[in-house]
Amino acid sequence: MRLTLKIWRQENTHAEGAMVTYPIDNISPDMSFLEMMDVLNKELIEKGESPVAFDHDCREGICGMCSMFINGEAHGPDRNVTTCQLHMRKFKDGDTIHIEPFRAKAFPVIRDLVVDRSAFDRIQHAGGFISVNTSGNTQDANATPISKHAADTAMDAATCIGCGACVATCKNSSAMLFVGAKVSQYALLPQGQVEAADRVQHMVDQMDLEGFGNCTNTGACEVECPKGISLENIARMNRELLKAKLL
Amino acid sequence: MSTLISNVPEGPIKDKWTNHKNNIDLVNPANKRLIDVIVVGTGLAGASASATLAELGYNVKSFCFQDSPRRAHSIAAQGGINAAKNYQGDGDSIHRLFYDTVKGGDYRSREANVYRLAEVSGNIIDQCVAQGVPFAREYGGLLDNRSFGGVLVSRTFYAKGQTGQQLLLGAYSAMNRQIGRGKIKMYNRHEMMDIVKVDGKARGIIARNLVTGEIERHAAHAVVIASGGYGNVFFLSTNAMGSNVSAAWKIHRKGAYFANPCFTQIHPTCIPVSGDHQSKLTLMSESLRNDGRIWVPKKLEDVKAVREGKLKPTEIAEEDRDYYLERRYPAFGNLVPRDVASRAAKERCDEGYGVNATGEAVYLDFAASIERYGKEQAHVRGLDENDKAVVQKLGKEVVKAKYGNLFQMYYKIVDQDPYETPMMIYPAVHYTMGGVWVDYNLMTTIPGCFAIGEANFSDHGANRLGASALMQGLADGYFVLPYTIGDYLSDDIRTGAISTNSPEFDQAEAEVKAQIDALINNKGTQSVDYFHRKLGKILWNQCGMSRNAEGLQQAIVDIQKLREDFYQNVCVPGSANEFNEELAKAGRVADFLELGELFAKDALERAESCGGHFREESQTPEGEALRDDVNFAFVSAWEYTGQPSEAVLHKEDLTYENIELKTRSYK
Repeated sequence: MRLTLKIWRQENTHAEGAMVTYPIDNISPDMSFLEMMDVLNKELIEKGESPVAFDHDCREGICGMCSMFINGEAHGPDRNVTTCQLHMRKFKDGDTIHIEPFRAKAFPVIRDLVVDRSAFDRIQHAGGFISVNTSGNTQDANATPISKHAADTAMDAATCIGCGACVATCKNSSAMLFVGAKVSQYALLPQGQVEAADRVQHMVDQMDLEGFGNCTNTGACEVECPKGISLENIARMNRELLKAKLL
Repeated sequence: MSTLISNVPEGPIKDKWTNHKNNIDLVNPANKRLIDVIVVGTGLAGASASATLAELGYNVKSFCFQDSPRRAHSIAAQGGINAAKNYQGDGDSIHRLFYDTVKGGDYRSREANVYRLAEVSGNIIDQCVAQGVPFAREYGGLLDNRSFGGVLVSRTFYAKGQTGQQLLLGAYSAMNRQIGRGKIKMYNRHEMMDIVKVDGKARGIIARNLVTGEIERHAAHAVVIASGGYGNVFFLSTNAMGSNVSAAWKIHRKGAYFANPCFTQIHPTCIPVSGDHQSKLTLMSESLRNDGRIWVPKKLEDVKAVREGKLKPTEIAEEDRDYYLERRYPAFGNLVPRDVASRAAKERCDEGYGVNATGEAVYLDFAASIERYGKEQAHVRGLDENDKAVVQKLGKEVVKAKYGNLFQMYYKIVDQDPYETPMMIYPAVHYTMGGVWVDYNLMTTIPGCFAIGEANFSDHGANRLGASALMQGLADGYFVLPYTIGDYLSDDIRTGAISTNSPEFDQAEAEVKAQIDALINNKGTQSVDYFHRKLGKILWNQCGMSRNAEGLQQAIVDIQKLREDFYQNVCVPGSANEFNEELAKAGRVADFLELGELFAKDALERAESCGGHFREESQTPEGEALRDDVNFAFVSAWEYTGQPSEAVLHKEDLTYENIELKTRSYK
């Protein structure tokens, strides 16, 4: 395949960025999108130019490190995948592909396609946990039965990989799908009930502090989420928040 | 050659850990506040250790090269975590888990460590449930289990095909609580460049901020290495792209012995290599072997037709299929341990029965399970068990609920639907049993420097059983290290804060800067990946699933040449004082180029076959691994002397008092 890449280049957080065009040839449809980027970078290095910086690690869709806004979509045109699982067979010979970082006020660009998502970590520091120390003396794992439905629904929420596609894709740069997923996981399990009110308030407060926008129920986050996290989690978070404020 | 002191406590094996805990020194809570601990790596071992040490009151500094601790590669573990809970009532016990692990490791692990691992395994599940880890449950609300290779009980707890993710997020949440409290100071996007020793003790590290390029000094009373395994020495592996040996290798260069580097696990069920562009390999969880049957065609003409696309695997009649694991190992069938399954796949492919274009793939087939589950569901729902369409539909639903994410992953990569046609799989490098040598307290040969999780060598011998890596990572971090490190730190309560203004820090920093400058100023012609791929090829061809003396000697020479070439011709673009991934990669590959040589040396010295280490010179007439307990029942611990292949060998003799040494049989 022969392609034209238009890629956002920005030297550091404070530098001005711009789209730069790179033609590329001999791309196999079996390559992953990131392997295509590897080919480009190898060529750039051999030409003495600076390679394109992008985040990636596991390359199997679970670590949440890769990002990229490809042709106007977080993680590109395929559904339920991260960029590292996107394959070139989803594109056609001769295509022009626009590649940008995940853009949001709360995700400053570090370099090229690499952004700083530490705001997500700080939301988790505020309450994304159950306050139980490691003692070896907790009760037996089977002491509290949990319905299969509750466990499965909690698991569905817990599969969030924290990539930030929801934020990048939202017109308000809202992080509510991300926060809602964590709040929901614990709200659905008996272990999470004890601190439920504090948790949701602290996490939402931190979310607002980081500069994420509000939710206007567009639903783009759910469509672009590589793990298919449901919008219901936002509704559940709002219910939890209301409950916490009223009770 | 000296003998290593493993510090295994005296007494019967079942009392060792309890007695040890009762007898070691503790640090009182007020004094813990005066003590700093550095933890490098935030996978299951590092995250659980960081969280627990902080809960106990130590001041913890945690480092990871990723942008968040949650990205560590433990996140990718799929299948599950073992624990001797015996919830299924199928005869499981601490002793059985201990026995299975020692046997699975082909009698090359340390008995006392493995027993302790089995002993604390149940606590891990209790702890994780208390943290809100959403393990799979049965309709009655109790925890569900499944089976993994090399065992005859169901002791594996799981969260769909994302168990590692859920356990890591649990440990990460425990870390987050302590980060919020200020007890853990988290350094994301930081790489450990070297360890700093003061008066022979580990007293800090030099780190590089990967965003700014700044070189930083961090002091502590102890340093914990939890940086994972070194599978990426092969370039292609199931490890994450950034997984590296550097932290472990740096401490090796400063005096920590490196044990059994040749013990590497080649996982039987990975998606085959598709071309030269390949950057990594993807695992298909071992849990699939609960329900998938592995086969190749019996007839070579069918193989040819399949490769040419003239015949579909589903069109091959049952009697023309060779379910070679079921044929060779009737007792364990498709659930033999990983090393055995991998070699059996290689044997078939070497004989010409591989089913893809490269000849390096076998089938993993779910048709029988889909039918079995479909019939079961049809029966439960009162539907017609002979209606093929109904059975197929219901069966696929069950398989989807169990393995949906894995099937989706396969579909996205290979562009074939595994519900309709068998998966194609082939072995790939997955895990490294070898690692930094540690004593019973998980301390390396550098006082004050500990190694936990995959980074150490102690629990899996020559082959790790499925679902035991997660168990070991969390056992070390939650339940072992927090005790044993206290015994060491109890001598440090009056030491006071360690200063970074010392000649030792000056020197370590200067060495790090010199190496970075040398790489940046080299201005060669080849990219870092060029060398890494070459190294990977040497290792895969000479030190892969099957090894011989001649090939290993050649590998040592080839790696030495490649290393020379690297230092002459590597090109690292950009500067040292910026976000520069090529520079980070160059440093890691430089270390892999040294480790690779030691790896080949270790494999050469160990002239027996055991577990994942298969020496062609040492096999039974049926082609099974032939162990040599008379000459090789020891741990090889290597001391660095400058040239990796001239490392000095120290032997820790392995004695088995509770398990009889015998030939592993899965027939």
